[in-house]
Amino acid sequence: MSLLDVRDLSVVFQRRGERPFNAVDKVSFTVEPGQTVGLVGESGCGKSVTSLAIMGLLPKRGNKVSGEVLFDGADLLKLRPGDMRDRRGRDIGMIFQDPLSSLNPVIPIGVQVAEVLERHQGRDRKQALREARDLLDAVGIPDPQRRLSEYPHQISGGMRQRALIAIALACKPRLLIADEPTTALDVTIQAQILTLLKQLVDESGTALIMITHDLGVVAGLCDTVNVLYGGKVIERARRHELFAHARHPYTHGLLNSVPRLDSPRGERLHAIRGSVADNIPWTEGCAFAPRCDNVVDACLEGPPPLEPTATGGDLRCNNPVSEEVAAR
Amino acid sequence: MTEETTPLIELRDVKVHFPIKSGLLFDRTVGYVYAVDGVSLSIRKGETYGLVGESGCGKSTLGRGLLRLVEPTDGEIVFDGTDVRALKGEAMRHARRRMQMIFQDPLSSLDPRQSVESLLVEGLKAHGLAGDKAETNRRLRETLEAVGLPASALSKYPHEFSGGQRQRIGIARALVLNPDLIVADEPVSALDVSIQAQVLNLLEDLQNERGLTYLIIAHDLAVVRHIADTVGVMYLGGLVEEASSDDLYREPMHPYTRALMSAVPVPDPVVEDRRERILLAGDLPSPSNPPSGCRFHTRCPWAQPTRCASERPELRDVVGGHRVACHFAEDIAAGRIRPHEVEVELVRPTDGTGPVDPPGELIPTP
Repeated sequence: MSLLDVRDLSVVFQRRGERPFNAVDKVSFTVEPGQTVGLVGESGCGKSVTSLAIMGLLPKRGNKVSGEVLFDGADLLKLRPGDMRDRRGRDIGMIFQDPLSSLNPVIPIGVQVAEVLERHQGRDRKQALREARDLLDAVGIPDPQRRLSEYPHQISGGMRQRALIAIALACKPRLLIADEPTTALDVTIQAQILTLLKQLVDESGTALIMITHDLGVVAGLCDTVNVLYGGKVIERARRHELFAHARHPYTHGLLNSVPRLDSPRGERLHAIRGSVADNIPWTEGCAFAPRCDNVVDACLEGPPPLEPTATGGDLRCNNPVSEEVAAR
Repeated sequence: MTEETTPLIELRDVKVHFPIKSGLLFDRTVGYVYAVDGVSLSIRKGETYGLVGESGCGKSTLGRGLLRLVEPTDGEIVFDGTDVRALKGEAMRHARRRMQMIFQDPLSSLDPRQSVESLLVEGLKAHGLAGDKAETNRRLRETLEAVGLPASALSKYPHEFSGGQRQRIGIARALVLNPDLIVADEPVSALDVSIQAQVLNLLEDLQNERGLTYLIIAHDLAVVRHIADTVGVMYLGGLVEEASSDDLYREPMHPYTRALMSAVPVPDPVVEDRRERILLAGDLPSPSNPPSGCRFHTRCPWAQPTRCASERPELRDVVGGHRVACHFAEDIAAGRIRPHEVEVELVRPTDGTGPVDPPGELIPTP
């Protein structure tokens, strides 16, 4: 059985007097124990909303969540708020993008790490702080004893992100969700944090959902990659297959539009034309159709289905990039 | 694209120091933030110079200092033969027409209550170029067409556009004055990946059509490598390496550049799986209290016991125009010095700006 099995997860944002907006549209994916799964896409593709829905962190009003999120066979969406609180932080940890705004500015770091242990594992403050010190040490914070009594503003961005990772991993969760954990950081610090995450995941056997817009981050970290566009999964493949043969025109275009450090210089970038604002609703066809170079008539007749590919992935496209072109 | 001509702009030992003030009644200056500390570089006409570095290295301050949007503390800025720092009032305003800037965040750099037309005309008026109405109108349309926006955009407001289009407005605003030099501070970092490529292509097209000279400031090495002819790498207020884009990326010589390049993720699992990473220990030291000697020696895996901590390395020509600020660049390139472990040092934002309260102990140390 999969550790996490997301089935037809949909999130619809509703506002009085406005058309409902499908932020996440029947997204399904699974995470096996110890596996790293990537959710990739650009702003507005629904990747963060998916993670918030899994964690039950969406606001109570103004949205409708449907589908199933099976964690160890139990549907998280049906849990009572109290039961969900027990799981959050204990079974599932989460790391957010901006460490400064996700840490409490008026509570010392040590207490913020310790309170997770107190809440979930019934430690007393003294014992919890001792463990917190070891956790800070494990995530590579120098002089953890002194850090314990310091406040978030006193340490650097990279250190804050490490503290956040320590909090998320305090109870040795079986699943860790990282939502753009390195986007706010400089590249050298990003490399430190990614190396740390990889190492912690390998050592503890924690499964990881990595949410990012950076294809480079995915290339080095994820076992399976889900590419999202307009709230739907449009392509899913194992890491090596995805980068070697991206079949969906969007994924293919995305890979071709980023300048790479290791490719010959002077070539013109192949930009994807238009912007997300050109999307059409999925009910009328493929949302990407207005920007797509491979568009055919069938694309405007309804959403293409997500179908398995020969290489063991899934693809939602009527006229995918041919194997020869995809192999570049 | 590059012509062998005299430089369009030349910086000589430019410094920008910000005073740190303290005190209630009297603004005592208790120290300085050495944001830019002695940078010399020159950009030839028609060339693209890329400036890379991490946050806090002073790259944006240098770009602003060059246009005198912040006043440099010291040094010379020679633009087309005239010393910009000596210009006053009216003369400076005239010089500014020829040096324009594109900002990072197009939404916050465009006034939400001004229509695109008024945004574009503003610059023309300031320079007395908006006299003839028909001529102005033609100019605006031409500029919009050049950046790929329809003429109907003129009557719209910034919020009606997407991020990529807004950045095009920002570019049009710089372009409408027909400048020689454009300083672009992180022109694509606020944009989605698929839109970044569009804007980068646009910048290249405009350069080819109009012979523009660019100073592109960015933290993304892949972007800078793609667009720039010459690249300068900054660390803690100083240039540590400068070379043609191809040379720099083929053979980075400064330890910091090496670490920076090895940290950039490449969207290719085959490359990612077998590449070597140089992980830097710790964080950027505070620019108000920079390390002695070579600014990078506290984090440098190749640091040597001699010279590195005591003597600040000059940017010197190592091979064929490849300038490096490292005492041991040749030895490192030849493999005569091996990297070693670096002890992580604590960095705190309060460093050097006053006494730090000793933190109390929560648990007694065993």
